[in-house]
Amino acid sequence: MNRAFALHLGVIVALLAANWLLPAYHHTNLARIMVMAVFAMGYNIAFGYTGLLSLGHALFFAAGMYATGMGISLLAIPTGPALLLGLLAGGAMAAAVGVLALRTGGVSFMIVTLMFAQAGYLTILYFGPVTGGDEGFVIDRAARAIGPIDLSADMPRYLSALTLFSAALLGHLALTRTAFGRSMIAMRENEERSRMLGYNPFTVKLTALALSGAYAGAAGAAFAVMFGYVGGSFAGVQYSILPLLYVLLGGAGTVLGPFVGALVMFYLIDLSSLITTATLFVTGAALLLIVIFAPKGLLGTVRDRWLTWLP
Amino acid sequence: MDFGPFLLLALMEGTVTAAVLALTAVGLSLVFGVMRVVNVAHGEFFMLGAVVAWFVTQAIPGPPWVAFLSALVVAPVMVGAVALATDRLVLKRLNYDPEATIVATIGLLYILQQAALTFYGPDARPVPAPFTWRIQLPWFGWSGYKLFVIVAAVAVLLAVWRLMTHTKAGLVMRATQMDRDTARAFGIDTDRVNAGVFALGAGLAAVAAVLVVPISQAHYLMGADPLLLSFIVVIIGGLGSLRGTVVAALVIGLSDGVISVFFSPTLAKIIATLLVALVLVFRPQGLFGTKAP
Repeated sequence: MNRAFALHLGVIVALLAANWLLPAYHHTNLARIMVMAVFAMGYNIAFGYTGLLSLGHALFFAAGMYATGMGISLLAIPTGPALLLGLLAGGAMAAAVGVLALRTGGVSFMIVTLMFAQAGYLTILYFGPVTGGDEGFVIDRAARAIGPIDLSADMPRYLSALTLFSAALLGHLALTRTAFGRSMIAMRENEERSRMLGYNPFTVKLTALALSGAYAGAAGAAFAVMFGYVGGSFAGVQYSILPLLYVLLGGAGTVLGPFVGALVMFYLIDLSSLITTATLFVTGAALLLIVIFAPKGLLGTVRDRWLTWLP
Repeated sequence: MDFGPFLLLALMEGTVTAAVLALTAVGLSLVFGVMRVVNVAHGEFFMLGAVVAWFVTQAIPGPPWVAFLSALVVAPVMVGAVALATDRLVLKRLNYDPEATIVATIGLLYILQQAALTFYGPDARPVPAPFTWRIQLPWFGWSGYKLFVIVAAVAVLLAVWRLMTHTKAGLVMRATQMDRDTARAFGIDTDRVNAGVFALGAGLAAVAAVLVVPISQAHYLMGADPLLLSFIVVIIGGLGSLRGTVVAALVIGLSDGVISVFFSPTLAKIIATLLVALVLVFRPQGLFGTKAP
């Protein structure tokens, strides 16, 4: 057991302890933050590690959310398999987008993913009678349970969010240690040289994107079941920007960065809403300040200055 | 109404859309072509133009056309000034790095939206048209102001074309677009070119917004559609090619008008966005472009 593994395990244990220590308001917030952090971790795999700046991750999040939500509501699939369906839907959607979008790179990749996500969002609106359009639909409370565990209640919701978060975090940490994880970073750093060394950039990037989409899909699926609501707004461009913001703030290319970013950003908006209603301004200013003054994010800076071993 | 006149109406409405879109998209295209910056806040410059136009027409007494003409001057100048400040304070510091500027302009998008929401409010408000003259066709009447929008947009586009092809400033901009380093070696101050182009692009979006705001209304979220459509037009026309942008605006504007009238606006947008994604994947130089980006 090395210190990196110990650190991440420590974070999980602290979050577990928080289950009994936090007041109700922050308890619910943290459950939501952990789910959004899983989404951001998925984004980090694509953007932070593989260097793919996507503006279409809302599509993968929404794919998971709708696959699970509609699976439960329309097809009466049990919640457990429906969640798995959400994860697969996110991964499959990302793979399908990736097959086309990865033929481009850089700015074009960003616009292609944005356009696919926009087409997905508009499709949800177009089929309003089935999807509920912009208003969305509510998942029946009785259906939001795995066996005897009622995921709409506070404690099980928090613990299941933590379970998902822990699996995602440890999976993410393990990924960075594998040969494949290193080849992802090689793509980010120098695609041509990796190609020369015998790696196939397309396959590596496609696998990374599909994995990233599966994370996003799992987060969307969990969000649908835990908070009982599925809506078109989750497919909008702001939900593609959110994980980008979290990852940039926390530190792109660090395993804990997405969680730190989601946590800090959530409470930044929560606290600023006490003094101002200008929450959009806080988001915008955060993006500008990070990109100008701290392009490596919080943990990226920490890693540069102090903890060089941080994965 | 019969099919013929109905189609005519759709085409006429489509031409208005195309004219406004061409102005907005040429602004975006200039910025991308010369600066290699994807300005995600371009739609917000459009929105800002409309909102400023509303304030100006409220503040200036007298006949509507006086207030409107003032707005047509004041809005682009103010929006251009905001763009200039953005370039100096943000984009230049980022060395115009493509990915960093995308993130920064997303941030700017939120800040401008919030500014409009705070100082202008959440309501959609109309701006009075400078004149109310109706063209009576045998089948339906049409607002004469819409004809003015088309004429004005064409005039501005011609002015931009003339600026780019027949003036020193245009020459400098084209030189910077072609090869930034060589341009600098010949003594061109590319930082000033960038600042000028960014302000010009934003100003064009503001002009388009002032022209369209008597037809639609000023609202703090109105920037999303122009941004998306401009992206579509600029990509289909070929990134950075002005002629392609104008042709693509005409194609997209007209087909948007026809599909929206006969089918659904949402379907029109789904088709357009998918088309763009596929064009970028399979023909990155655009449908009308010739050179690689």
